[in-house]
Amino acid sequence: MRKWIIAALIFAAIAGCSSTEEKPAEDTGAATTPPATTGGATTGGATTSGVTGSGVTGGQTGGIPSSALKDPRNILSRRNIYFDYDQFTVKEEFRPLVEAHAKYLQSNRGARVILQGNTDERGTREYNIALGQKRADAVKNMMLLYGATEVQIETVSFGKEKPRREGHDETSWAENRRVDIVHSGE
Amino acid sequence: MPRLILAALAFLILAAAPARGQLTIEIVGGAGTTIPIAIVPFENEGTYPLGITGIVSGDLTRSGLFRQVSDAGIAPRPSRAEDVRLGDFRARGADAVVVGSMRPVADGRVEVRFALLDAVKQVQLASMSYIVTQAQFRATGHKIADVIYEKLTGDVGVFSTRIAYITKQGNRFELIVADADGGNPQAIVGSNEPLLSPAWSPDGTRIAYVSLESKKPVIYVQSMATGQRQVLANFRGSNSAPAWSPDGRRLAVTLTKDGGSQLFLMNADGSGVQRLISSGGIDTEPSFTPDGRAILFSSDRGGSPQIYRLTLASGAVERMTFDGSYNVSPNPTPDGKGFVFVRRDGGRFLIAIQDYATRQVQVLTSGPLDESPSIAPNSKLIIYAAQQGPRGILAGVSSDGRIKQRLVSPAADVREPAWGPLPR
Repeated sequence: MRKWIIAALIFAAIAGCSSTEEKPAEDTGAATTPPATTGGATTGGATTSGVTGSGVTGGQTGGIPSSALKDPRNILSRRNIYFDYDQFTVKEEFRPLVEAHAKYLQSNRGARVILQGNTDERGTREYNIALGQKRADAVKNMMLLYGATEVQIETVSFGKEKPRREGHDETSWAENRRVDIVHSGE
Repeated sequence: MPRLILAALAFLILAAAPARGQLTIEIVGGAGTTIPIAIVPFENEGTYPLGITGIVSGDLTRSGLFRQVSDAGIAPRPSRAEDVRLGDFRARGADAVVVGSMRPVADGRVEVRFALLDAVKQVQLASMSYIVTQAQFRATGHKIADVIYEKLTGDVGVFSTRIAYITKQGNRFELIVADADGGNPQAIVGSNEPLLSPAWSPDGTRIAYVSLESKKPVIYVQSMATGQRQVLANFRGSNSAPAWSPDGRRLAVTLTKDGGSQLFLMNADGSGVQRLISSGGIDTEPSFTPDGRAILFSSDRGGSPQIYRLTLASGAVERMTFDGSYNVSPNPTPDGKGFVFVRRDGGRFLIAIQDYATRQVQVLTSGPLDESPSIAPNSKLIIYAAQQGPRGILAGVSSDGRIKQRLVSPAADVREPAWGPLPR
């Protein structure tokens, strides 16, 4: 219990720092964090976060509090990773986001996520299920590199079956080519 | 070129007012010869609320292979083969004549008799009688149409088969089973989450399908008789693309439980899961060849999505498609000669057919978003999903590309057609 409280306090301190700093968001992230360059992110808040590469990760026994997942100022509140047409590689701009969730999983070994892959409407239903799966798997593989474990991540695919936007245009398609990170209990 | 002179004849079949959600079939294009046939209203037919010759002529006309010749002016109307003066029908251009009668027998049942005559060769081709209830009139009409179709074209008729498809109305999804003419639609599954990939067991008693109701793709098998269903595959990850083996004992499926979308084989009760092959990429959309010895599937193992054939005995995998950057959804034709698939050409998705022997590809449709081809048991007609404006509809095309149909639903988005087997 004490470990949780300490971790929470550390986290709060760091989060507080980063949110009170007047620097541009780009400067607060780790060195590996490039600026977010597209309209990919849909949730509000900073594009990067003090959590990334901070002292609460790596070898810590305490966990990042789950409240961070809901904090709009925290990168963990961002859940969408967008892909190019027919592509399943995680674009560089989403690396900090994926890393942050991986570090969260690393610091909370009991935590679980489901990665839901989605595609745009082009292509057949079943092939798109496989393509969405491949996107979810790509995000998972990156999370594993950043310290999450296999057992914590289930990857599934909705293919083109559950479009967030129903339009038949590039704007809708771009929104629908997406992996969503869903933490357990959400 | 004379065969093409009938191109783009576009006429609407005015069927009885469709029930809510019922598909009606329109011929939207036809090219080639049609058999002129006179179908004389059956004796006593007018005394029943639902006739039979209307069903027969609707089936035959929608096939695109027949055209109706009027019997107007022929009096009295013949009802038995021996009463037909073939000269009267030849004079009106008919190559074939159908006559028949309906006669009440015990228990409110009806004896339906019919005869098919070849007006050119002046011979009787078929003569049958059925004792049926009024509830069986539609089915009887389809059976008669099957007999006529087979006698005059040499191919098995598929008017007595059923089709399955998925409708989406708002956020409501239903798996519907209907007669091949769209009649008698019945929802066998309803869900507020997407349903896809219905697949008939070869004997028509069960349907496998994928449901996202548990927030991930899970494969179910449902009994047509009882409506009871069981989970076929609900492993970690996604479970999809069910395909029955021709003996109905096993299914090929795509599972991601061991990483990636990979092909597995399992028993129809969900037991005995075994991996079929391994690749580092996507393997999915398995479909058995009619002899059960091979599986066609789509894979991006070579970089782009292409169709491959896995020979089950040897495990050998052979690439089948080479033109284009996206060839998926292979469906072997029941006659064993080739397969139907989806090809992307430019930005359009088209239905195409490839012959095994010649490797020749014929594109059958024009897109823009055609998919989910399913082949009639006689290999002559392909039903598929298409996009018409913002709506999903079903469409049909003959496997030679000449005849085009549209299956129109009054309300819902329609998709994922699956043609059922011949009745046993």
